[in-house]
Amino acid sequence: MTDASDPMAEIRASFFIECEELLEAMQDGLQTIDDGEWDNETINVVFRAVHSIKGGAGAFGLESLVRFAHRYETVMDSVRSGTMNVDNDLLKLFFRCADHLSDLVRCARDGLDSPEEQGKSLVGELDASIGLTGDEVEEPEEEIEFQPMGLSLDLGLDLPDMAASLDLPQFEIEFAPAAELFDTGNEPFQILKALRDLGECEIECVTDKLVSLEQLSAETPYLYWKVTLSANVDPAEVASVFEFVDGLCTLKIEALSVSEGAAELETDATLEDLPPPLPTVADEPIVQAEKVETKDPVVTRSASQAKAPGAAAAKSVVRVDLDRIERLVNLVGELVINQAMLSQSLESAGLSPHSDAMNGLEEFQRLTRDIQDSVMMIRAQPVKSLFQRMSRIVRESSAAVSKDVRLETEGENTEVDKTVIERLADPLTHMIRNAVDHGLETTQEREAAGKSSQGIVRLSAAHRSGRVVIEVSDDGGGINRPKVQEIAIKKGLIPADSVLTDTEVDNLLFLPGFSTAASVSDLSGRGVGMDVVRTSIQALGGRITITSQEGVGTTFSISLPLTLAVLDGMVVQVAEETLVLPLNVVVETLTLTQDNLDQVRPGLDVVRVRGAFVPLFDLGVSLGYREKKDDYTDSVVLLIAHEDGSRAALIVDEIQDQRQVVIKGLDDSFYRAPGIAAATILGDGQIALILDPSDIIANAQDPSLTKFAS
Amino acid sequence: MSLEILAVDDSRTMREMIRLALEPAGFTVHLADDGVHGVEVLEGLMPDAIITDINMPRMDGFGFIDAVRNQDTYRATPILVLTTEAAPELKARARNAGATGWIVKPFDPAKLIKALQMVAG
Amino acid sequence: MSDTETSTPAELLTFRLGDQEYSLDIMCVREIRGWTKTTPLPHAPKHMKGVINLRGTVLPVMDLAERLGMAPRKHTDRNVIIVVKHKESMTGLLVDAVSDIIALTENDLQPPPDMTPNAPAGVIKALTLLDDRMIRVLDLSNIIETETAEAA
Repeated sequence: MTDASDPMAEIRASFFIECEELLEAMQDGLQTIDDGEWDNETINVVFRAVHSIKGGAGAFGLESLVRFAHRYETVMDSVRSGTMNVDNDLLKLFFRCADHLSDLVRCARDGLDSPEEQGKSLVGELDASIGLTGDEVEEPEEEIEFQPMGLSLDLGLDLPDMAASLDLPQFEIEFAPAAELFDTGNEPFQILKALRDLGECEIECVTDKLVSLEQLSAETPYLYWKVTLSANVDPAEVASVFEFVDGLCTLKIEALSVSEGAAELETDATLEDLPPPLPTVADEPIVQAEKVETKDPVVTRSASQAKAPGAAAAKSVVRVDLDRIERLVNLVGELVINQAMLSQSLESAGLSPHSDAMNGLEEFQRLTRDIQDSVMMIRAQPVKSLFQRMSRIVRESSAAVSKDVRLETEGENTEVDKTVIERLADPLTHMIRNAVDHGLETTQEREAAGKSSQGIVRLSAAHRSGRVVIEVSDDGGGINRPKVQEIAIKKGLIPADSVLTDTEVDNLLFLPGFSTAASVSDLSGRGVGMDVVRTSIQALGGRITITSQEGVGTTFSISLPLTLAVLDGMVVQVAEETLVLPLNVVVETLTLTQDNLDQVRPGLDVVRVRGAFVPLFDLGVSLGYREKKDDYTDSVVLLIAHEDGSRAALIVDEIQDQRQVVIKGLDDSFYRAPGIAAATILGDGQIALILDPSDIIANAQDPSLTKFAS
Repeated sequence: MSLEILAVDDSRTMREMIRLALEPAGFTVHLADDGVHGVEVLEGLMPDAIITDINMPRMDGFGFIDAVRNQDTYRATPILVLTTEAAPELKARARNAGATGWIVKPFDPAKLIKALQMVAG
Repeated sequence: MSDTETSTPAELLTFRLGDQEYSLDIMCVREIRGWTKTTPLPHAPKHMKGVINLRGTVLPVMDLAERLGMAPRKHTDRNVIIVVKHKESMTGLLVDAVSDIIALTENDLQPPPDMTPNAPAGVIKALTLLDDRMIRVLDLSNIIETETAEAA
């Protein structure tokens, strides 16, 4: 084989992708069982997932993965064959095993050490579930190690070391096929050929059993062969040629030693000395095979690219390099920009809006938008994998705080940009933990309140007007607003005499360093607050809001753009430069007047917004585009909100537009401009910079960096 | 000598491994991802040998072998079963269904080729 | 001149900055385009003129004269941007005008004297004479990479 290293690495990578799919199918199956809507095929799906992971892992020598999968599979097999019933405890164990299996897969993928301790206790529980104690546990390594085709024919023969002998060992073989041999597609000719491949053969076809033509039966073999083989091989190797026909023929293998007497190895139709005999009639099968007419699979799987004609697969999937998609996304971005440029020049040419050209342009615009949407869909993935990870978080976190919690999910098939999904994992994990830890009451409290002792955490996803809305809710006690306000005052986050609306109180949770739990639990109180969640969400161009009702529960709602490649922007003009601000940070627009402009001290101007003082900056000065002006009266001001709740007001010359822009990365290796997140190309072909508001506010709040102060 | 092989396995990894093992050795490899798909792919083909997994959705390996052997054209086509266990019961079962031989996973490419050549070469 | 020169021939793109002539290895030049208005980057070093749209990608442009320490000048329509590729990134170099492509061998080049006025050391890697005019051969990596170091 030539250069197998590269393709192997590729298959290895694809194996881990397949593992993720299998783990997902496994989770699905277990969830279905948990929901009580399962049938035999559900069990089979879970079994096959474990089985396939084991098979692939074996091929790559991932031992700990193979070992654990094997134990898990063994128990699943007992369930599958009906010798064991799935009760609640066993199902919980299966869930934990699935979690452990995914850990092992990821450890193997990333080359990390696998969590042996966790594995050991699970293996113990698995073994116990099928009534095995540690002593009788089979050594799985033996069984799953690669078994060569050859039977291990250790027949206790005391043969001289033949390889050392100058004369080649000789074997006399007598081989008489039985009728059944032909039913299995075996062919005596192939076997004789295989013998010949071992060494020099003298083959004699014996016809003495041949009957007269009248008595000849088409189904009965009459011929048999005598072979004298001279080959430098051991007897096991000779016997291995007959492995597939063992039990389907009469076979005699005699090893002749040239100098000494012959050691005879005789086997009859069942190779009696071999462990264990192969039955020739159908015994009770140990493994229950699925019926051929099994209904459609529960999981839809991707079809391979079968080259054969007429290969019809359920749903065909092409795997594409992400780079290629990136390129396509970029090109479509070009198209959008070009389209905008074209319409701008047609408009300025003074064409009538009812002219053919303008009508055609409209159609072009629509098509461009459709293409853009379709391309973005390529990057989209269902949030299901993300949700499945969350179900594990619920299991683990509820166990940690001894609460009985059930996760309900909805809209798992909602598709979101791949990168968004990846970057949602951490904030969602935190929110789920929060919901379990802080959101839900203790079991006693729930019972006292007349609620079901089992708390419910709901996770849902849906598309709503061009955005994705993901909600995390609990049916707990709701936000304890007086307590939240009290903590905020105690921590000096708000003045002691603040009068806040419910929503304002709820939003205090997003302030940095806020933690409501009186005792910091192991789970969610490790200094990571909701402020970090909000920062992550805003970094994705999203917003997060809270609604809460006392005694009923709390809902966190995250609204996200469908993709990261485009941005809802506000296009503004500053010092003759066009700039884009992410729309999601712009809270409102104001006009400066004599009345709402104040100076705290030279270098720190503020604008008054409903009684609050917001620091004010000239964007043109902040960016070094111009000197500070003397009079800012009547200037346009954008009020922007930082992730941490702090706000700033930016003076711009003009607001031009609100529109979607295609994000173009700036080459950071060259020059990293402060305050600039990326760039975009406008309709006239000019580049406009996209501002990073948090950078600008941070710079603005550090007086040493504010040009406004000078 | 170029053999034409149909390999049926529900694991993409396993299918790719088989393809990778056989194609460099000059084999022509057709792939299918379960028994039902295997029967479909087989139509119109005359492979020198078939490799099949046992545990598969829709139609498992036993069912597949049965379906193949029931067609006169493929009565004598060698069929190798891929199994993770060397358990004799499994082999017996495969044989009763009409399998020619078996290969224990994980397989070594050389051994796989050797087994194929032994039954079909 | 025969094709079988003993020393490896190199093709250089020559261009003018003020009344001086410079050159760059043609292999790193991707294209030459006319001057267009750049979008300035905030707080960038003086010689960083900003970014332009090069068929959909954002191309940083530097004024090569200012980079070499010459006095800033007004840009005219005759100015051109030489788009160069260094390592994986593209950069535009603003120059006054492109003159010619010349083929030279190592033998035609001589190292610059130790003191190179008005330019940071290492930016000019060799000198050559062409029709009695001095042509400066630039070291692109020093021009671009020092830039990165300064920015960082």
